[in-house]
Amino acid sequence: MYELTSVTKEYRTGHGTVTALRGVDLVISDGEWLAIQGPTGHGKSTLLQLLGGLDRPTAGTVDFAGQRLSSMRESAVTQVRARSIGFIFQSFNLIPTLSAAENVETALVPLGVRAAERRARAGQSLAAVGLGGRLRHLPAELSGGEQQRVAIARALVKRPAVVLADEPTGNLDEDTRDEIIGLLESLWRDHGLTMVLVTHDSAVAARAQRTGLLRDGRLTVRQPVPQPPG
Amino acid sequence: MFITYLRRELSHRKRQATFIALGLALGVGLVITVTAATDGVRNAQTAVLHALYGVGTDLTVTQPPAQGSGGPIPFGFRQEIKRARSGEIAAGTKISINDLANNQYGTLNASSLSTVASRPGVTAVAGGLALSDDTVTGTIPSVSLKNGGGSISSDFSTAEFTVDGVDLARHTLGPLSSARVTAGRLLTAADARSDDALIDAGYAAQHQLGPGDRIDVGGTAFTIRGIVSVPQGGHPPDVYIPLARAEAIGKTGPAALTGKVNTIYVSAASAADIPAVQREISTALPKATVTDSSDLASEVTGSLSSAASLAGRLGSWLSVAVLAAAFGLACLLTLAAVTRRVREFGTLKALGWRNGRITGQVVGESLAVGLLGGAAGAVLGYAGAALIDAMAPKLSATASPPGPSAVTGQALSSRAQSLAKSLSSAPHTVTVTLAAPVTAQLILLAAALALAGGLLAGGFGGWRAARLRPAAALARAD
Repeated sequence: MYELTSVTKEYRTGHGTVTALRGVDLVISDGEWLAIQGPTGHGKSTLLQLLGGLDRPTAGTVDFAGQRLSSMRESAVTQVRARSIGFIFQSFNLIPTLSAAENVETALVPLGVRAAERRARAGQSLAAVGLGGRLRHLPAELSGGEQQRVAIARALVKRPAVVLADEPTGNLDEDTRDEIIGLLESLWRDHGLTMVLVTHDSAVAARAQRTGLLRDGRLTVRQPVPQPPG
Repeated sequence: MFITYLRRELSHRKRQATFIALGLALGVGLVITVTAATDGVRNAQTAVLHALYGVGTDLTVTQPPAQGSGGPIPFGFRQEIKRARSGEIAAGTKISINDLANNQYGTLNASSLSTVASRPGVTAVAGGLALSDDTVTGTIPSVSLKNGGGSISSDFSTAEFTVDGVDLARHTLGPLSSARVTAGRLLTAADARSDDALIDAGYAAQHQLGPGDRIDVGGTAFTIRGIVSVPQGGHPPDVYIPLARAEAIGKTGPAALTGKVNTIYVSAASAADIPAVQREISTALPKATVTDSSDLASEVTGSLSSAASLAGRLGSWLSVAVLAAAFGLACLLTLAAVTRRVREFGTLKALGWRNGRITGQVVGESLAVGLLGGAAGAVLGYAGAALIDAMAPKLSATASPPGPSAVTGQALSSRAQSLAKSLSSAPHTVTVTLAAPVTAQLILLAAALALAGGLLAGGFGGWRAARLRPAAALARAD
């Protein structure tokens, strides 16, 4: 699904240049669940943004489904995001003025899906994350866990090939974290998704097939150590 | 989704949306009120000029009097004085001289009417005779006049009233055009050769005259058929008689006025044609003076003139300043809103929303606020105009012939005479009530301004939103 070759990302700031990623090489297979761990400010979110086409590398290439994402025109990258990539954010990033169902619908707007079909699919997607009875609720009327479920429904409603989740449980308590990770895991299995999940939480990372560690912009990928049951 | 999102955003940001809309409303309302007031002032000016100049008359053609002709002393009286000096009339003889005289203008042949009528852009012409009925009564004094010394005018009393000979077939042009009948009836084309007259309401009141009474004009008894009033208090002649009768009775010095006029009233095809028509007539009648209402307008002073100046300058600048401030405020607040929604737009970009769609959303929201502001502005503007109507401020317009210092050369001298026709020789003040008419065009202007404000603010906001890099927007959010 993804192939990153010698990816470097630098940011120019008022105080000089900050290197967020240094020569990252990474291959992510179709249907794989990869967790990226690492300290804050060591490049995890930057890597996710490059995978999502939200930013471009300073050097190196990012290939997605056989296409060179890192050198595509912006409009083409936008289309890839609209069709193939679902995002889940730590702060949920729901539109505060729209209801749960309308928030989910926003992911279908760029695909030109008609209003009636949008409503139907949003309803189905929210039902799939256990929020079938909360379609008309505004984000402020939902708990943190429910808001993240809405965000997951929004990421999945367009049936993407990839889900990129940036600290999806970072703002949740432990019980809710487990619920959300359980939900993501089941959706990943049921939909055959490719999932890249950035997290600080080792317990969350342990659920992934592979884990990568980003430190000072360098990525080390390793197989997870199997946890004893219970 | 567009409408839903727009509606939700505006209701979520009610206070800010209301603030922007009110700013635009204030600007738009002020533009409407000032424009309506300016239109009102313009209408008042037009009313004054019509009163002084004649409704429908775009140009008047007159000719300066020939050197040595006319003057303040009636020709008949001058003849009697000559006879007294030569001893033909004995001292102690009572005399009463009455002339219907052309004292102010040179005469134009009636053929000049067709000359003017044939000019391009001329739609109608009418001739007129602006005359003066002068009566001198008294007794020849017992002083030696044979040697030609001394003045005897102080021994006689004089009476004067102004008389206009009007073309009754074309009374929509000229002095009767703005007249309103207050008693009796107007004269018609059927009265063209009759000894019938109309008199001005002011003159009628002063001399207690009414329809059916008779008035002596140039030695001929005329029957008063109607009393007329010039709207807005223009300075009309005292008596109107048929042009043919004025020609028959009136004189320029010893000469009869048959086949002559001294004023030609001209109507042009459109206001835009007036300067060209004015040039055409000046070329065709090189000795004539062709004046338009703007010549008279430039002589109008007083609070109406001040109001016109105020509305035209300060009012316009104030409107522009408030509108610019409102636009600037709308832009700033929209930009501030976009800045606050950086995370939201970053998320939408991550979801695959194109820049154009995000820009469209921001512009749409801004346009909706602009429309609300426009609607509120229309109401405010209408209320402002209604307030002006309710207050009905009185404006005075003083028109006077140019003073000697202002009169240079034939053109201005002639203009002064032209003005003198309307104004006699004394400054004349007209009072008008200011109204502020709100027209459909003004409402459309309000809508266009409000939309422009919304578009401008939305354009800036949308441009800002479109320029956001999604990664930077999301990074800021996190």
